[in-house]
Amino acid sequence: MAVSKRALNPRLRRLTTVGVAGAVALSLSACAESQRDGGGDGGGSSSGGGTFTFGAAGAPALFDPFYASDGETFRVARQIFQGLVTFEPGGVDVVPELATGWESSDDGLEWTFTLQEGVSFHDGTPFDADAVCYNFERWYTQEGAGQSEALSYYWKQNFGGFSDGATPSLYESCSVDDEHTATVTLTRATGKFPSLLGLPAFSMQSPTALEEYSANDVRAEGDSFVFSEYAREHPTGTGPFVFSSYDEGNGTIELTRNEEYWDEDGKANIERLIFRIIPDETARKQELQSGGIDGYDLPNPADYQQLRDEGFQVEVRAPFNILYLGISQKDNPALRDLRVRQALAHAINREGLVSSTLPDGAEVATQLYPDSVEGWSADVRTYDYDPERAEELLAEAGHEDLTVDFWWPTEVTRPYLPDPQGIFNAISQDLEAVGITVNAVSRPWAGGYIEESNQGNAPLFLLGWTGDYNTADNFLGSFFSSTEGQFYTGESDWGQQLADDLAAADSEPDEEIRAGLYEEINENLMSEWLPAIPISHSPPAIVVAEHVEGLVTSPLTAEEFNTITVE
Amino acid sequence: MLRYTVRRLGQLMLVVLALSVLLFAWLRALPGGPVSALLGDRATPESEAALRADLGLDQPIFLQYWRFVARALTGDFGTSTGVQRGTPALDVFLQRFPATLELAVLAILIAIAVGIPLGYLAARRRGRLLDNLSITWSLVGIAVPVFFLAFLLKWIFAVQLGWLPASGRQTGGIDATRVTGFYVLDGLLTQEWDAALDAFVHLLLPAIALSTIPFAVIFRITRAAVLDVLDEDYVRTARSKGLAGAVIRRRHVLRNAMLPVVTTIGLQTGALLSGAVLTERVFNIPGLGQALALGFERKDFPVLQVVILASAMTYVLVNLLVDLSYAAIDPRIRTR
Amino acid sequence: MAIGTSRKERIDSLAESSASETGVSLAASAWRRLRRNPVFLVGASIIGLFVLLALLAPVLAPHDPGVRMLADQVSRATNSIPPAQEGHPFGGDQHGRDLFSRVLLGSQQTLLVAVLATVIGLGGGLTLGTLAGAFGGWVDSLVMRIVDVMLSVPSLLLAVSIGALFSSQTQFTVILAVAIVQIPVFARLLRGTMLAQRESDHVLAARSLGVRQRSIVFRHMLPNALGPVIVQSTLVLAVAIIDAAALSFLGLGAADDSVPEWGQMLGNAQNVIDSHPHLAFWPAACIIVVALGFTLVGESLRDALDPKRRR
Repeated sequence: MAVSKRALNPRLRRLTTVGVAGAVALSLSACAESQRDGGGDGGGSSSGGGTFTFGAAGAPALFDPFYASDGETFRVARQIFQGLVTFEPGGVDVVPELATGWESSDDGLEWTFTLQEGVSFHDGTPFDADAVCYNFERWYTQEGAGQSEALSYYWKQNFGGFSDGATPSLYESCSVDDEHTATVTLTRATGKFPSLLGLPAFSMQSPTALEEYSANDVRAEGDSFVFSEYAREHPTGTGPFVFSSYDEGNGTIELTRNEEYWDEDGKANIERLIFRIIPDETARKQELQSGGIDGYDLPNPADYQQLRDEGFQVEVRAPFNILYLGISQKDNPALRDLRVRQALAHAINREGLVSSTLPDGAEVATQLYPDSVEGWSADVRTYDYDPERAEELLAEAGHEDLTVDFWWPTEVTRPYLPDPQGIFNAISQDLEAVGITVNAVSRPWAGGYIEESNQGNAPLFLLGWTGDYNTADNFLGSFFSSTEGQFYTGESDWGQQLADDLAAADSEPDEEIRAGLYEEINENLMSEWLPAIPISHSPPAIVVAEHVEGLVTSPLTAEEFNTITVE
Repeated sequence: MLRYTVRRLGQLMLVVLALSVLLFAWLRALPGGPVSALLGDRATPESEAALRADLGLDQPIFLQYWRFVARALTGDFGTSTGVQRGTPALDVFLQRFPATLELAVLAILIAIAVGIPLGYLAARRRGRLLDNLSITWSLVGIAVPVFFLAFLLKWIFAVQLGWLPASGRQTGGIDATRVTGFYVLDGLLTQEWDAALDAFVHLLLPAIALSTIPFAVIFRITRAAVLDVLDEDYVRTARSKGLAGAVIRRRHVLRNAMLPVVTTIGLQTGALLSGAVLTERVFNIPGLGQALALGFERKDFPVLQVVILASAMTYVLVNLLVDLSYAAIDPRIRTR
Repeated sequence: MAIGTSRKERIDSLAESSASETGVSLAASAWRRLRRNPVFLVGASIIGLFVLLALLAPVLAPHDPGVRMLADQVSRATNSIPPAQEGHPFGGDQHGRDLFSRVLLGSQQTLLVAVLATVIGLGGGLTLGTLAGAFGGWVDSLVMRIVDVMLSVPSLLLAVSIGALFSSQTQFTVILAVAIVQIPVFARLLRGTMLAQRESDHVLAARSLGVRQRSIVFRHMLPNALGPVIVQSTLVLAVAIIDAAALSFLGLGAADDSVPEWGQMLGNAQNVIDSHPHLAFWPAACIIVVALGFTLVGESLRDALDPKRRR
């Protein structure tokens, strides 16, 4: 090797190099034909519309919404898929979508849906009662990895078990009455049906495509999941946009308008819808400012004013979430004393906190969910900011020198928790002002915070919830059904009763009686039990450029982009 | 020579094996984990336990490692759980490697284009204004945190002036054919000139930000090497023989000074990857640096394993090649 | 970020300089040259001012840097941060704390991070390097294998990995992460100086006179290694400050920010950098100037000690 190198005449060597490089380039370009379709400037040129580019905070996990539980996947899925019901544009109440109407039997067990006629999936398969039952049966008969918490989270959360009967299921059967009528039978009455069918996870998908691309073929391999061809490349729904491509290298997802959309009024105005994945929040803002995207979700509240000044439209949604100061009953015995918990509630200046650390439109919370949800009570006991009262209560309880570990998360922002550190600082100074010794404990969100707080190991902690749909159970049930979760209510003498009351309220079929039951629970929660101190409801915002019109915002962050027009 | 190569390759395998064991154990020792990252505020104790079992994370670690190795031998390194969920980890690496390499290559090219001429001129005008100015510049370049410089460049040239794009590799939804994954190269090969230009323009700001460190090194090495060579006997001889200045410079000074410079350039990989973690974040480039940062945040074990192992292997291989070429030139090294 | 990953070669060439002369005369001649070097003088004055500032900061700072005294002027809704006002020349930060006091007192923690990281890195490197250099043989091979593997991982990645290992991030974990990255650098440097000296004239002379091995190591080899170690330490002081800032930028800085540190202040200001650039400007300017100071001194020391550059 060394010899041959030296033997070569320098000029010859240079020639050889050029020759080799040229040959490589040639052979590469031989197999590198441009795949553009003649048109030139890309894209078709049918009935106008243009392109809307949206900055997404993360990559969707997959395109089959049934196996998903994250916002980024759902955002894309909402444009491609539709459910039997949906949430009214701009609100949280359930309205018809692929079903034009429904009726339930008096016991709340049988639900008959009348279906929209003349609808077909993107692949041409007609949408009918068979397709509806096919979807229900597909969800119910999941096996193996398909039953994993990470995949069929929403099914397990709402319907419970599967056809193997290992755990009881809310779902019993689905029957085809005629081409456009289907009946779903449940095993018990619940307040959350049919609202929950508006969740993207329960979207109607094309039976043909599900079969053809073996949609149920998910496997847990090693420490990760492997998804089906359907979920990665062939999502097929009835919605106003059709999946076109996912360019992973460039981090972009492209959808195109469904030209055969069944509802002429709902047909998309824009021709192409592009999602660009930009994980860093500051990068999203600057990309909007420089014109690379037309909008993004969850701008930092600190940026609202600046973005508005620069002509962008910051749309603040109605808040549909809760931030609370959680209290675990597990380890610190002082916190099992109601007077101590009430003292904490009086010690915190929530008005001050909301105005200094939360965005425009945020409200102080009086109970553990916002007033748009059933069973919200105007008569709950409230706790005004009153440091003196707090000190008195602590003295009464004999805990003047209370010391408590106060946990807060790093490496995260949530719509209800836009600035964990700022909120922690404010609350902790309030607590110290009434003589409580606060030991700050910070953990990364996925680096111990969730894990530890979920086992009740965090005596005081900041956490919250964003509603999936408009039922009280979606909030309270998630918090207190388990007596060994974050609040560890099993250690108190009222924890089991709270869980029982919640179960009883949820299975009450009559809407009015149910609302009354929840009002009672809320009143008890705030006066007798106080397992958490409600702090605030913060509105998540969405921002779009000046030239974008027709965006209808949703408190559930469930925007559909078919109504948008771009100049 | 052959025996030397075989021995070094054997050592390389051992290093990679040791690194994989360490990495595997160490990742699983991190607090929290993919389960928390996947479930977030929706986690309950039951769901966490169930998911941990689904992912096999409740099994003894040596068993997990054994399964990892067994599947890795068939080319299956697992599927991403957080960075690009559902994508095979190896694909995540293969998609992102070109992005980072493209950025690194342009950064090095900029560093060379500025560093070598400047180093040469500075050496020839040793102690004068130009020399002092460029030395100061290279030192300031080291003192400015890379991410701060990246922020400044982006804020001035993309956000305020709007001359260059603020982030990404190519305009979203551009109609470009993908061949190699190197977007500029792809555009050239398929003769989609606009796509190539678009990708190149996206690369400019991050590459300039990233080039400050290699620039400082290349500049100083060049300057020192040229100074050394200018002092060598044969240059003095050439000058005393009356050879024209330009000829001396081309034939003797530059060529001999290039040897250490070229070596240095080859060894910049590690520093560039460090810098890339920061620049890719500021400019939202879906490269290896971003995969690592997101991987740690979301505890994506498969992606972290592949990306770290592959980066280390690349780095070690480059070093091996450098050593081998030295060994070919200087036989004494082989016996060391 | 150690400068360039010709790291190994730079380290080795620095190490060789220890073999050229004996300590005293080297130091004396180096000092003679340094006194007249403007680069050194500028760098040294920056460092002097910085240390002075850190010492006097508690006296100079008008307020407690951890108290949110201007919190009522902070509003997320209107993105307002307390402006400059009487008693608060720089205004407040995003949590309503006095920015001027934070910048002043930030010098203390920053100095602490730099010094502790360097000391820990040096201590670790000294132990490993002396072991390897003094014993040679299989100890040497083993230690140097480990050192090379550590050097083969890009420095910031190593720091990030170490930082991520702790259950929660504090100032100390940041220091440790930055310090551990420097251990292999120092180890290789010290081992290099030992090797270079083993063959050098004065050690050969001592050995032929029958001086014991231990006494050679401690009386002759270690003192001579001092020059290169000082050079490298000065450079590492700068690197530590910058790396700590990078860790904060990546979200791995200390979670508790009641005690200010410049890198952390800069990292935490990234979200408000375009609406309130001064929050980033002050810590960034301080970091750049101080890092420049250490780099200037380090580079001029290197030039002064390196026989090849002494012309």
